[in-house]
Amino acid sequence: MKKFIKQIHVILLSIMFLSLAFPHVVTAQDPTPSDDDVNDIAEQLYCPVCENIPLDACATQACVQWRGIIRDKLAEGWSEDEIKQYFVDQYGDRVLAEPPLRGLNWLVYIVPPAAFLAGAYMLYRNFRTPKAANGKQGTGHKQDASSKAKTEPEIDNYIAKLEEELRNR
Amino acid sequence: MKKILIWAGLAALLLLLAIGLKRAQQGQIGVGEMAPDFTLTAFDGEEYHLADFKGQVVVVNFWASWCVTCKPEAEDLESAWRKYQGDVIFLGVDYVDTEKEAKAYLEEANVTYPNGPDKRTLISQAYRVTGVPETFIIDKSGKVAYVQIGPFRSYNEIIFLIEPLLNK
Repeated sequence: MKKFIKQIHVILLSIMFLSLAFPHVVTAQDPTPSDDDVNDIAEQLYCPVCENIPLDACATQACVQWRGIIRDKLAEGWSEDEIKQYFVDQYGDRVLAEPPLRGLNWLVYIVPPAAFLAGAYMLYRNFRTPKAANGKQGTGHKQDASSKAKTEPEIDNYIAKLEEELRNR
Repeated sequence: MKKILIWAGLAALLLLLAIGLKRAQQGQIGVGEMAPDFTLTAFDGEEYHLADFKGQVVVVNFWASWCVTCKPEAEDLESAWRKYQGDVIFLGVDYVDTEKEAKAYLEEANVTYPNGPDKRTLISQAYRVTGVPETFIIDKSGKVAYVQIGPFRSYNEIIFLIEPLLNK
C-alpha cells in the first residue's frame, strides 16, 4: 500500500514539474463590444457633419468610422467618460449631446427654464387681471344697460310715429 | 428698477441671438479677407504655423477620408505640390475624420505634402468651412486670394490659380 501511495506521489510530482516546464497558454480575455455597448455611447454624440442626427442613428461613412473608434476604445478597456472626452479633444464640445456646463453653454440650461417660468408668471398675471377687467367690463355692461334704457323710449317714439303714419294712410 | 433689469436681460439675450445668427449666416471667409492664423499639427507630429509662411503662397485644403470627391483632388494637389517644390506651401487639414482611415487615405493617394487633423475643428470653424473639400489659396500678404468650394476640376485649374499669385 505504501509503495502504491509513493508511486502516486511520484506521478503527481512528475505532472506538476511537467506542467511547470510548459508555459501556460493563457488566452487574454478579448471582450468584443456589442452594438448596444457602442450605441449606448454613440447616442450621446453628434457628428458635426450630420447635424441633428445622433451618432447611433447616422448612416454616413464619417459616423460609421466614429462608431468604429468607439468599438476599438471599448475593446481597449476605455470607460464611457474617457471615450467621450477623446471625442471632445478631437472634435470639440459640439459633438456632445449635452453641452458641458461652461462658458455660454450655461445659457442652454438657464434660458429655457427661465423662459418657462416667465411664461408661467405671465399666464398667472393674465388669469388674475380678468377680475379687474371684468369689473371694467361690468361697468361697461351697466353703461350699456343704461344706454339701452335710454334708447327704449326712443324706440317707443319711433314705433308710435310709424303707427301714426300707417294710420294716416 | 425691476423693469429695467428685465429689459436689460431680454436685450442681452437678443444680442446673443443676433450674434449667433450673424455667425451662422456669414458663409466662408471671403476673398480679400486676412486668412485666420492657425497651427496645424501634422500626422507625423510636426507643427505648421500659417503666420510663418508670410511672403509665400499657401494652399489650405480641407478634406476627409470619407469624402468621395476629395481623393482625385488630393492627387492633383500633390502634383501641384511637387511642381512647386516648396515654393508654394500646401497644407491639408483633415476635417472631422478618424486617424487610421485618414492615414490610409493619404497613403493610397500618395500624398506627401503636410497633412494633419483639425483638432477640435478649430481651423474649419475659423475658416467657416461648410463641407469638404474646400480650398483657400492665400497670397503672399496673407490675404485670401481664392476660395474653392468643392473639388478643383483639374491639376491645370490649380496651377492657373496659383501662377498669378507667384508673380505679385
